[in-house]
Amino acid sequence: MRHVIGWLLLTPAAILLIAFTYWPIGATVADSLFSRGNPIRPSRFIGLENYALMADDPIFWQVLWNNALFALGTIPASIALALMMALMVNRALPGRALARMAFFTPTILPMIAVANIWLFFYTPDIGLIDQIAGLIGLPGHNWLGDPDTVLGAIIVMTVWKEAGFFMIFYLAALQTIPPELWEAARLEGAARWTYFRRILFPLLMPTTLFVLINAILNSFKLVDHLFILTKGGPDNASNLLLYYIFETAFSFFDTTYAATLTVVLLLVLAVLSLVQYVVLDKRIHYR
Amino acid sequence: MFHDLKKAVVGTAAATALMAGVAGASTAQAETELTMYYPVAVGGPLTEIVDGMVTDFMAENPDITVNAIYAGNYNDARIKALAALKGGEPAQLSVMFSIDIYDLIEQDAIVAFDDIVETDEEKAWLDSFYPTLMENGRTGGKTWGIPFQRSTIVMYYNKDAFREAGLDPETPPATWDALVEAGQALTKEDGSRWGVMIPSTGYPYWMFGALAMQNDQVLMNGEGTETYFDAEATVEALDFWQSLGAEHKVMPEGTIEWGTLRQNFLEGKTAIMWHSTGNLTAVKENAAFDFGVAMLPANERRGTPTGGGNFYIFKDATDAERSAALKLIRFMTAPERAAEWSMKTGYMGVSPAAYETEILQDYVEEFPYAAVARDQLEFATAELSTYQTGRVRKALDDAIQAALTGSKTPAEALGEAQATAERLLTPYR
Repeated sequence: MRHVIGWLLLTPAAILLIAFTYWPIGATVADSLFSRGNPIRPSRFIGLENYALMADDPIFWQVLWNNALFALGTIPASIALALMMALMVNRALPGRALARMAFFTPTILPMIAVANIWLFFYTPDIGLIDQIAGLIGLPGHNWLGDPDTVLGAIIVMTVWKEAGFFMIFYLAALQTIPPELWEAARLEGAARWTYFRRILFPLLMPTTLFVLINAILNSFKLVDHLFILTKGGPDNASNLLLYYIFETAFSFFDTTYAATLTVVLLLVLAVLSLVQYVVLDKRIHYR
Repeated sequence: MFHDLKKAVVGTAAATALMAGVAGASTAQAETELTMYYPVAVGGPLTEIVDGMVTDFMAENPDITVNAIYAGNYNDARIKALAALKGGEPAQLSVMFSIDIYDLIEQDAIVAFDDIVETDEEKAWLDSFYPTLMENGRTGGKTWGIPFQRSTIVMYYNKDAFREAGLDPETPPATWDALVEAGQALTKEDGSRWGVMIPSTGYPYWMFGALAMQNDQVLMNGEGTETYFDAEATVEALDFWQSLGAEHKVMPEGTIEWGTLRQNFLEGKTAIMWHSTGNLTAVKENAAFDFGVAMLPANERRGTPTGGGNFYIFKDATDAERSAALKLIRFMTAPERAAEWSMKTGYMGVSPAAYETEILQDYVEEFPYAAVARDQLEFATAELSTYQTGRVRKALDDAIQAALTGSKTPAEALGEAQATAERLLTPYR
């Protein structure tokens, strides 16, 4: 009887999860095994042919590589920045509320708005960056039009956008740490850095894990800015996996190949979160 | 009742006419409801203009209700319209990219206008547009798209900058060599002004279609099954584009953003820009300097692709809806409306008759640049459009950007693009 009630209590959540998560995942995997169909030639089962096609697709490998660089560029930087900002505005500071709000503002803006703002930062000649560079006599640069700088430019913008959001979590975590710890550490003669490294940072680890998972997910999920800034160009230099999936599905109408790419995205995310939970969880102290 | 209410609140200008119509409609006539998606690809208050035309149409045709839905750029419009169709939501007609024709046929989404028109007069209407504008709307002997917001690429130039550089502002460069020469005179050493900008994001293949045509080379065949990306003249055209930045230093190296180019021109950061005629009215209203509009320069010949959006009618529409949709399309493309549309946006009047209307003739007299796009039609060709058009287009876009950013040579990049296109198109031959 208790089993029945337990399952009944689970049902609402389970229905939602199955309908909107597991069923679509299953359907995606199934779709990836079929050929692209049209009214003249209906879709048929082709096994792993789409995956073989993908392995031969240079754009796929490029977007995967770009995405790895994008993740490496955004995750550590935005987390470090978030932590620094949180420590800064956690102290007694004149105009503290203002500083907190200023740090948080980028988070409030929709990504599309952010991209439009930054488009006018990066635009050659008339953009903010080039105008400031011009004032101090530096030559302008076509940030988004140069394959060597475009990904970096997008990473900087994403860090700017993300750090404020992560700061909020750190700030909340910092508020729960009792001040006695710092007082005790001081009595023992610990320097600020030692206190941070030995006490504060380990205590913040649960927050860091949470933030890290979010940052990793975002580095694969966040592509809104590409629609405005580069459309993945020039020559795929800033193309990311999810944007390529979108292009494949809605610009090329190739839903089955898009499903194949989606399976890869799901696998990447699943493996990454598994690693985090298994490996990092052991090193985290929950209170 | 709801429709009556809704109608009553749409547009105050036509309110009186509308109310009279509603009174008639609510008694006997059956209502036909149409849903139409439409895109806007250039800046400016284009949505208001479309909504205004739709309101006028409903005032004239009280038995038809039209929901005109602005759906973003061309890509978004296609996605939204097709998603609505697949999701079983009603959509009877849409304005979509003229080059989506093969994809829409392949998806079995649209119906040919030849299967809808009945009377001889309606059949004659199909031939009333500029033939060049019909090239992207016809295939397999049938008409699938009716031109609406159509453009060509024109050359905007800053006459003040021409004077300052000692050039004659009334003779814009008419050949590639003259373009380079003028560009060199116009480019300032300190980087505060470039000679020329040709946008290479967003729609690079479109600009490239112009350069290839000027070198007397089209990019694809009329059936949409072959491309000529690696032809000698095509490679030469890309060589020339790339040399503007790399060799002649009259254009910034790397890619040039489509979306911010107009701003660059308006702020005087480039003396010449190639852009859609759809920007004409916006440039006219915002330029603080004396500007000119000219046809694109020639190498072997003059040339530009046409561009823009066509009306399509969806297969799912019932007979009554199809004829109502046809009525709406005829209304929107009628000479007076086409003339008004052209004046308010810079897009072309789609039929010769539009340029014969009094309002547009007066306008052209007062503002001759409004006719450049039309005059250029003589040299125009269809916009790149093939089966699997999204992928084929992307292959070419990537090749162009690779060449412009210097990561591949034009020959190498175009060779790869051609190989990709071959692989994609072989099954359709």
